[in-house]
Amino acid sequence: MGLKQNLHNLKEKYRGTKFEQGFNALHTFLYLPNITTHSGAHVRDAADLKRVMNTVIMAMVPVLIFGMFNAGYQHNLAINGVAEFLTMDNFVVGLKKILPLLVVSYGVGLGIEFIFATVKKHEVEEGYLVTGMLVPLIVPIDLPLWMLAVAVAFGVIIAKELFGGTGMNVLNPALTIRAFLFFNWAAWMSGDKVWVHGAVDGITKMNGVDAISGETILGTLAANRPVTYSLQDMFFGFIPGSVGETSTFLILLGGAFLIFTGIGSARIMISSIVGAIVMGIIFNSLAGTLMPALGMGEAVSGVIGTGSKFFGLMSFPFWQHLMVGGLAFGIVYMATDPVSASQTNRGKIIYGFLIGFLSILIRVFNPAYPEGVMMAILLMNVFAPTIDHYVVQANVKRRMKRLKTQTA
Amino acid sequence: MADNKNIEKEPLFSKKNIGLVMDPLTDSNPITVQVLGICSALAITAELKASVIMALSVMFVLAAGNVVISLLRNVIPSSIRIIAQLVVVAALVIIVDLTLKAYVPDLAKKLSVFVGLIITNCIIMGRFEAFALGNGPWKSFLDGIGNAAGYGLILVIVGFFRELLGSGKLFGFQIFGDPVEKTGLYALGYENNGFMLLAPMALITLGLIIGFQRSRNKSLIETN
Repeated sequence: MGLKQNLHNLKEKYRGTKFEQGFNALHTFLYLPNITTHSGAHVRDAADLKRVMNTVIMAMVPVLIFGMFNAGYQHNLAINGVAEFLTMDNFVVGLKKILPLLVVSYGVGLGIEFIFATVKKHEVEEGYLVTGMLVPLIVPIDLPLWMLAVAVAFGVIIAKELFGGTGMNVLNPALTIRAFLFFNWAAWMSGDKVWVHGAVDGITKMNGVDAISGETILGTLAANRPVTYSLQDMFFGFIPGSVGETSTFLILLGGAFLIFTGIGSARIMISSIVGAIVMGIIFNSLAGTLMPALGMGEAVSGVIGTGSKFFGLMSFPFWQHLMVGGLAFGIVYMATDPVSASQTNRGKIIYGFLIGFLSILIRVFNPAYPEGVMMAILLMNVFAPTIDHYVVQANVKRRMKRLKTQTA
Repeated sequence: MADNKNIEKEPLFSKKNIGLVMDPLTDSNPITVQVLGICSALAITAELKASVIMALSVMFVLAAGNVVISLLRNVIPSSIRIIAQLVVVAALVIIVDLTLKAYVPDLAKKLSVFVGLIITNCIIMGRFEAFALGNGPWKSFLDGIGNAAGYGLILVIVGFFRELLGSGKLFGFQIFGDPVEKTGLYALGYENNGFMLLAPMALITLGLIIGFQRSRNKSLIETN
């Protein structure tokens, strides 16, 4: 009688009671369910939904750990002016702030999932495993925990459970949670005071430090000020920002892992990057900075002059747009969400392209929301079924035509 | 005409007449069941006071309009009845608009075009067409009061949640303490939910009310 048998016995005991769904959910974390399908032909594979979700979480762990180091690094940098990156102190500062975010996100979200599953008597669905990990990575570090809890409850109930639970949601729940936070408490989600731990305390003068300020690169650009970070900082992520989105390098590694394991769609990721580059090139040409961005030639005076309030973001080299802000994170971890993205292959390319394209567009023309990828993905989530519909219809039409020519 | 004498005169508050007022509050609510008049329900419910004023204005216009149309129902040629109805609503709406501007100018500014837009409120034309053209003035009056009350009830519920959660006030009074001075709930770190003041949350609030009502009364759920 090992653990496995004991658990199976317990499972029999709970069958038919209120706790059945909750127990089964915990049980399948350790062992495959001992209920098997008896009829029909099925592909036997160890990868159930829970394993798929866990793979995505694995792809996010490096980003999370980097986020903890970076949180402490930015904090110490802001206080002392100089700081080392890989120190235990940095990690502890970050851990203290980020672990509660993670716990609240999972606690509230899974709690709601369990309640819904128990009341509606269906299996607890695994969809929240990824959402719960994504949420702490896309919020500013000093976000009050109760706000996160309210937003998670809203996102899980309104964006997911009301539509029918995992696999039925139209919008990406993690981004719905972020959008809710953003529109509810914009002061905590944007500006130059929220991205570095301790800066908010500076505003409220709780501990007398009010010199801390950490503006994101996009915020700086939107205000038409020169960026002070080096390319290396931008790429490796030693910059202020939401917890997990700063390191483009680690996000790329995560993306490669997702493509390699066959979970993330390479079509969406690549077409999103192409979309962002196209929009970036258009803006660079408007601002007359396309040549220097490509490394050849001088800037010319474009349609958009240096006096324009859009000049900062428009003149920013198109390939650097890919490295700042949450664009990379959004494309790799959220645009590829298999539920809310387009399903057809051609649809995925259109969907991804428009996400990249719109992200940069919103970024430039809406300085109040310096990052556009959240809005772009949510918008395209809504249009994904429409894209699929037209792709399928086009296919049907083409084949009908072929049939006609063959039979005629 | 001779038959009329045999029909017993219906009392003023017969069961049927009371039903005319009570039904629109719940099972045939103009907003949640008939899904009419959504636009103004989304636009002006950020404050409870505005919701109440709007509800009262619509009640006046609908009740009075119903009576007028009902009295004229045998005179109006059916081919031009829409124009005749519009004239009646327009006259009543102008009365309301000017009264509000005269006595509560601040609120009139907040309600802005929406008082004028009562004229296009689907509930009003809907009740004229569906009820006042075929029933007597007393019944039409009750129907107007009932439907406007049903509309107002939803407005007030939505307005209550939006003002309370969005700006921490009710009728303009601070409920949770002062957000600037950080007293009351704000001292604990509470902050107002700015999203509640935007139209999307009004729609979601309304959706939740509709969902709640249909979960209580399954016969309201449409099948398609």
